[in-house]
Amino acid sequence: MSSKTMFKKIWDNHVVRELQGEATILYIDTHLIHEVTSPQAFEGLRLANRGVRRPSQTFATMDHNVPTTDRSLPITDLISKKQMETLTENCEEFGIRLYDLHHSDQGIVHVLGPELGLTQPGMTIVCGDSHTSTHGAFGALAFGIGTSEIEHVLATQCLLQYQPETFEIRIDGQLQFGVTAKDIILSVIGKIGIDGGTGTVVEYTGSAIKSLDVEERMTICNMSIEAGARAGMIAPDDKTYEYVAGREFSPKGEEFDKAVATWKKLPTDSGATYDHSITLSAEDLVPQVTWGTNPEMVVNVTETVPDPDKMPTQHQKKAAENALVYMGLRPNTPITQIAIDKVFIGSCTNSRITDLRVAAEVAKDRKVSSGVNAIVVPGSQAVKRQAEAEGLDKVFRAAGFEWREAGCSMCLAMNDDVLQPGERCASTSNRNFEGRQGKDGRTHLVSPQMAAAAAIEGKFVDVRAWGN
Amino acid sequence: MEPFREHIGLCVPLDRVNIDTDQIIPKQFLKRIERTGFGEFLFNDWRYYDDGSINPDFILNRDLYKGGTILITGANFGCGSSREHAPWALLDYGFRVIIAPSFADIFKNNCCKNGILPVILSTESVEELMLASTSEDGYRLKIDLEAQLVIRPDNVSYSFEIDNFQKNCMLKGIDEIGWTLQFESQIADYEAKSGI
Repeated sequence: MSSKTMFKKIWDNHVVRELQGEATILYIDTHLIHEVTSPQAFEGLRLANRGVRRPSQTFATMDHNVPTTDRSLPITDLISKKQMETLTENCEEFGIRLYDLHHSDQGIVHVLGPELGLTQPGMTIVCGDSHTSTHGAFGALAFGIGTSEIEHVLATQCLLQYQPETFEIRIDGQLQFGVTAKDIILSVIGKIGIDGGTGTVVEYTGSAIKSLDVEERMTICNMSIEAGARAGMIAPDDKTYEYVAGREFSPKGEEFDKAVATWKKLPTDSGATYDHSITLSAEDLVPQVTWGTNPEMVVNVTETVPDPDKMPTQHQKKAAENALVYMGLRPNTPITQIAIDKVFIGSCTNSRITDLRVAAEVAKDRKVSSGVNAIVVPGSQAVKRQAEAEGLDKVFRAAGFEWREAGCSMCLAMNDDVLQPGERCASTSNRNFEGRQGKDGRTHLVSPQMAAAAAIEGKFVDVRAWGN
Repeated sequence: MEPFREHIGLCVPLDRVNIDTDQIIPKQFLKRIERTGFGEFLFNDWRYYDDGSINPDFILNRDLYKGGTILITGANFGCGSSREHAPWALLDYGFRVIIAPSFADIFKNNCCKNGILPVILSTESVEELMLASTSEDGYRLKIDLEAQLVIRPDNVSYSFEIDNFQKNCMLKGIDEIGWTLQFESQIADYEAKSGI
C-alpha cells in the first residue's frame, strides 16, 4: 500500500463519489451552524421544498452577535435578536439540537464542538465560519464554508469538493518561556504571508507541535485560514485521545477503545510526501505583535514598526503605507513604545481555559493600567464555569479586568463590544483587518500572556522578561 | 443560479491587494436574514464617510464607473471570513465578473455558487487591464466562459483556467444540491457502510 498523508486518509475515508471531470462528493460527519450564516440556507431549503438529511449530525449555537453582558436583561439590538429567533425557529422546524443564549453549554462554535466531544479525530467537520480549521487540531479535516454550502450539507450531508494540495509546516525545538502557540502561528503567517497557504491543507508537524497541549494546537489550526489555507491539521496522539475521552458525544467504553485503535492509524505514513513544506525552529521564535491591517503584518515584540520604503515590492510598500495611516503609527517606532486603550482576551483563537489560566497568571496581583479598558470573554459557558471554579474570575476582576459571558464579542464586534474610532487594542483574536473590531479601531494581535501584560503596562511589553 | 455564458461590461479598477471580506461587507450588515439588499453596503467603510455621506474619491462613487459590472483588483481578493454576504453584496451591486491574480478559496467558491465568475489572470495581465480601465473612459471587456477568454476592445484576448465541472455548473446554472441528490443512493450506501 502506498504511503499517505493524514489528509489523504481522511479524504479517502469520506469519498461518496469521485470521478474524473467531476467535483468529489465528500461525506460530512459533523456540521456546526450559528445564527449569522445559516438563515439564508434554511430559507433555501424551504424554497426548494427540501429537508435536512441528517438532523442529528448538525449542531447549532448562538455566538457571533450575542451580548456578553447580563443575559437576564432583554436584548436591545432588535436585528440581532431577530437573527437569534430565526435560528431557534429553524432548529425547531428541522429538528436540530441548539445551544441557545441561555443554554448552560452555549459558546463559540469552535470552543463548543471540542468541548462536547463533537470534534473527533478522523472526522470531516464543516461550519459556515472560516475558523472551522480549529477542529483540525484533533486530526480531523475541518474547514469553513459559505451559506450555499451550508444548505448543501443540510440537504445532502455532503459537499462538492476539489482535492487541495498538502503543505507540511514543521516546527522543531523547544519554545522559550512566554512564547506560545499564538506566536508560532503568527510567525508562520508572517513568513508565508496571508495567501501562503491558499489552495492547500496544512499539516503542522515537528517536536514543538507535539509538545503543545490540545488547546494550544487549536490556536495554531484556528489561524490556518489567516494564511489562506483551507484547513490546518495536527496528528492525534495520547493527549488528543485523553482530551476527547468522557465528553458528551465521545464514544464510550469499548466503542472508545475501538475508536482510538482507528484514530491511531490516521497520522501521515513515513514516506508520504507533501506538495509543499517549510521548517521553523521553535528556539528562534519570540512573542509576536501585529503592526498592520492583516495578520502577515507582524514583527517580534523586540522590533520596530517597519518602514514602507524598505518593503521589497511596490504592492507591499503601498499596503504598508495604507496600514500605517490606518493604524496611526510611524515607521521605526519600537513596538514596546506603542500605548494601548483596550485589551480583549477571548475569541475562538484564545478563549479556552488554558488561555485564561496563563493570562490570569500574568494578571495575578497586578493592576490594569489606568486608562486601559480590559475585558475577558470566555469561549463558552463551560469555560466560564471552570474558570470561576478555579478563581480566575477573581484574579481578573481584582486586577481590573471585566469578566463577561461567552461569545465571539470583540473579535468581530457584531455585538456591543466595539472599539471606538482611533482606539488601539491588544487583542488575542485572529484578524486585524480594517474595521474588524469597530470602524477605525486599531487592532494588534497578540497571545493571551502578551495581552494581559499589555493591559498591566498600558503598552506592549516583552512578556518573556516577566518569567521566573 | 442564473447561467453564465458570456458577459460584456464596464470595468472598475480597484487597485489594492488582499481585500478581505470585512471590507467587502462589514459585519454590521450581516444581521439580515435575507440574501438580497446587500449591494448598498458593498465596501461601506470606503464608500461612505462616518456621517453617511458619499466619499467622492472612492472608485465606485466616480461617475465614470457607475454601472460597472466587472471588478479588476489585486491578489488574494476575498480573504478572511467565509461570509457569503460578500458575493451577495457584489452581485446585488451589479458585479458579474471579478478579475484578479488570485482569490481566497472560500470566497472563490462562494462566487461560483452565486453566478459571479472569478477570473484568474497573471499579475502582468491584471495590471494591463487595471491601467487600461483607469486611463480609458468607459473601458469594457467581454468575458466568454465557454471559450475561457477575456477579450479586450482591441480584440486582444487573455485565456484563463477554470475547473471543468465548475465551468459547466456556471454555464448551465446547475443547482448543485440537485446534482448531488441524483446520487442519493450512493450517499445512503456510504452511510450504511460506515454505520451512520
